[in-house]
Order: sequence, then C-alpha cells, then structure tokens
Amino acid sequence: MSENTRRGAAPLLPPDAGRDRPLFAVAAILVFLACLSALGALGAWRAAEGWTDQLSAEMTVQILPEAGRDADTDAADAVARVQAVPGVIAARAASREEAEALLQPWIGEAGLPEDFPAPRIIAVRLDPGAPAEVETVRAALGDAEYEALVDGHRMWTDAVERAAAAVRYFALTLVVVLTIAAGAVVAFAARASLAARWDVADALHLVGAPDQYVAELFQQRFLSLGLKAGFAGAACAGLAALILAYVGGQAGALFFLPTLKLGWGALLIPPAAALASGLVAAFAARRAVFTALARRWE
Amino acid sequence: MEPEIRKAPATSEDATVRFDGVGMRYGRGSEVLRDISFELPRGSFQFLTGPSGAGKTSLLRLIYLAQRPSRGLVTLFGQDTATIQRASLPAIRKRIGVIFQDFRLLDHLSVFENVALPLRVAGASRRSYGEDVAELLTWVGLGDRMDAHPSTLSGGEQQRAAIARAVVGKPDLLIADEPTGNVDPAMARRLLRLFVELNKLGTTVLIASHDFSLVRSLDAPVLELAEGRLSQTRPAA
Repeated sequence: MSENTRRGAAPLLPPDAGRDRPLFAVAAILVFLACLSALGALGAWRAAEGWTDQLSAEMTVQILPEAGRDADTDAADAVARVQAVPGVIAARAASREEAEALLQPWIGEAGLPEDFPAPRIIAVRLDPGAPAEVETVRAALGDAEYEALVDGHRMWTDAVERAAAAVRYFALTLVVVLTIAAGAVVAFAARASLAARWDVADALHLVGAPDQYVAELFQQRFLSLGLKAGFAGAACAGLAALILAYVGGQAGALFFLPTLKLGWGALLIPPAAALASGLVAAFAARRAVFTALARRWE
Repeated sequence: MEPEIRKAPATSEDATVRFDGVGMRYGRGSEVLRDISFELPRGSFQFLTGPSGAGKTSLLRLIYLAQRPSRGLVTLFGQDTATIQRASLPAIRKRIGVIFQDFRLLDHLSVFENVALPLRVAGASRRSYGEDVAELLTWVGLGDRMDAHPSTLSGGEQQRAAIARAVVGKPDLLIADEPTGNVDPAMARRLLRLFVELNKLGTTVLIASHDFSLVRSLDAPVLELAEGRLSQTRPAA
C-alpha cells in the first residue's frame, strides 16, 4: 500500500487561520456577553422568586395606639386572634425596642420619646402551602376594640415581580439580539471566506460536487470555529460570573441585588451557549454559502 | 505510427453534444459565437481549432455548463441544457472531464489530492482509488511529484496534473482547452495517446487547440472557429 493511500485526505478548504482570528474574537465576545446576560436573567429570575416567596409567606399587622388603651395588651390579644386563623403558622408581637429599631433609619439613634404613640408591629408567618388571606386575618380582627392594619405585602410583591420581570426580559432580549448579531457576523464572514475561495468552489462544482457538498465544507469550518469561540467566551463568562458572585457575597450587595444565587442550573448556561454558538455559526454559514452559490450559478 | 481513434458514425441520433443555431454573448456585448451548429456523436474524437479569440473557450464553456447560450439549442447527453434543473447539474458534470487552459489546480492540495478530487467528490474511499491515481500520475510522468503542491510544479507538470484530474473518473465526455500547450512534443504525443485510449473506451473527446501539428497527427474531424462562426468542418489533412 502506497504512502498516498495510507495518508488521510487533506482538507478541501485550506487553513484560514489569519482570516478567522478576528471572527473568533468577535464570536467569543458575543458569546461572553450573551452568557452574562443569560446568567443575569437567571439570577433575576431566582432572586425575584426568592423575594416574592419571602414576602408572600409573611404578613404584618399594625396595632395603632389609642389614648387610654394599653398597646401591649392589645397586641397580645391580636396575636392570639391571628394565631387562630387557619393558614397562620406563627404570630409574634415586636417589642417597643424592636419597633424603635425599625424606625431608627428615620428618627436616628436618639430613640422615641416615652409618650410617643409607636404602633405595635405583629410579624405573622404564613403556611407557604395554604397561606391565610389578608381578608381572613382582617376579619379575625374586625370586632376588636382597637384599630389594626393588616398588610399582606402585596404592593411590595408586585413591585419586586415587576422589577425582576423587567430585568429578566431585558436580559433575554439581549441574549436574542446577541444571537442574531453573532449569526449575522458569521454569515458575513462565511460569504467573505467563500469569496476568497471561489477557486475551491469552482473546482468542486466542475468535478460534480453539488452545492450541499460545498456548503458543508464551510458549515463544518464555521461549526468548529463557533464551538471554539463559544467555549472561550463561555469560559470567560463563567469565570466572570464566579468573580461577580464572590465579590457580591463579600460585599453583601451587588448593585440592587443582594447576592446572586444562581443555583446548579446556571452551570448549564456556558456549555449551552458554546454549543449554541457553534450551531448558529454553522447554520449561518450554510445559509450564506447556499445563497452565494445560487446567485453565482443561476 | 499514427494512433488510431475510434470511428464514430458521422451523425448519430444520440449525440453526446449537439449545437443548433447557437449564439452567445457576455452581458450586453456583441456575440462571441454566432449560429453555431454541430454535433459530437457518442464516442467520437474531434478537434476544435481557430485563432486566439475565435471563441473556442466560450464554446467549451457552453459544453461544460459554465455558461448558457443567448440563443439556439445546446443538447448534452440528449438533454436540452436550457431545461436542465440546477439540482441535476452535478450529475451531468460528473460525466464530463474538463482540461482548462489555466489548469485550475488547487494550490493547497498535493498533486495526488488534486487528481483524486473527482473520485473523492463522488464519494469513493481513498483506499479504493489510491493505486489507480498513483498509476495514472506515473503514466503522465508525475510519479515522483505526487506529494508536491501545484505552485512548485512547472507549467507542463501542472498541465499534466490537470489532464490526469480530467481523465481519472473515465468521463463520458472529455473536453480539453489547449491541453498540450505547455509540454514538449514527446510529452504531447504521449498525452494524445492517453486521450485516444480513453476514446477507445467510449469517451467522446473534443480537443481545442491551435497546434496544427497536433491536429494533423490524428485522422480526426476538425471543427474550425473564426470570429465566432464555425466556418467549416473538415477531416484533418
């Protein structure tokens, strides 16, 4: 057997490293940004879920002080009434000191005057499986002789959900836009690559290669390039996310999010982004080459 | 001794190539081919001659489907080329071997890879064609240049590699544009013998050349082009 039959067939498209380098960099950067966006969207999603779960699992009852009434006694009565409501796990009245601590950001460290009618706060913990409704708790306190305000945190829950949804959709839109941008860049590069190697396409056509054969050569090249760039960009994004999470954990808060807890699902995002990068690149290259070949030979 | 070509019928119902009143122009320019009518019967061997710029290459381009006629009818393997669907082109091109004046070898592939290209595209395994390609390359005098790249070859060597690529798939139709323009007379005769052998196996051969010594070396019909017109068809002197 001769040397030529033993040796593997040479690639029909010549190595194009010099031309591919800028494309590699652009694709890696796009995947990096898309990855961070996806991680941001996941973080916002999970954070919003955590905050809304926390807010909806609690309720606050305020006992407004009235002249001639003992607020502590009223608070104790309210705790007993609320605890009896189905769907309430526990209710606890905050002491005057705790109420002052809550008001401290507004009144400073000087404390409240003795005769200041500070409302008594009752923290109510609800059964997450079957939480009590605000109306039920309000009804339980309806015939009390003191005035009680029941707050189901609805306003906060809605605000948090709206904010989280905005961040989430913004991040997802960014992922889609970056994916389209990556596809467009690769399609442009594939056309340029084909324009530079018409000699190969012509030679292949003239020996009977169909368009699909030629398109697959470019598709394989760009799949490989997209995967490599994707893994590079995704690895950098993963590293950046780890650093951000670490810095966020150390500082206690990062931007307006306390700590980004992404969960194990986040581990899938970088490899998925790298794979998507390869597939988008391959698809874009294939379409671009098919279109260019059809135009040239029509 | 003059090599003998296969005697094909003067006309045939199933001509490999038939031109009927064909005209061709590039873009909006004037016609480079005018009222061309001829046919290449299956298994025939013919020459196409004419001065430079007469339209030989344009006529060949019509045959290997790189160009469509502006008017008239071109029939290839019994099919009107105007009605051939794009998807059918590869199957037809596989039946045609083309030797270009400018060789069109791929610089990044070795001589062996260039010659094996039609077989590789057809899906044959390297193991199945390796020995045949090597033997053919040896026959055209490139046995020791198989691993060389075209850019390192002389014009004559490139021409021989291009010829080997065109004939390696044993095509039904072989068209050659000045196939011996860059080789010495001895090698030209050797290559001509290769075309004749291929013709004996049933391949229809059309060789465009303005080398009259080559044309006269065979008793084959000659198509003569001048200023875009196929002025006469005559047997070689």
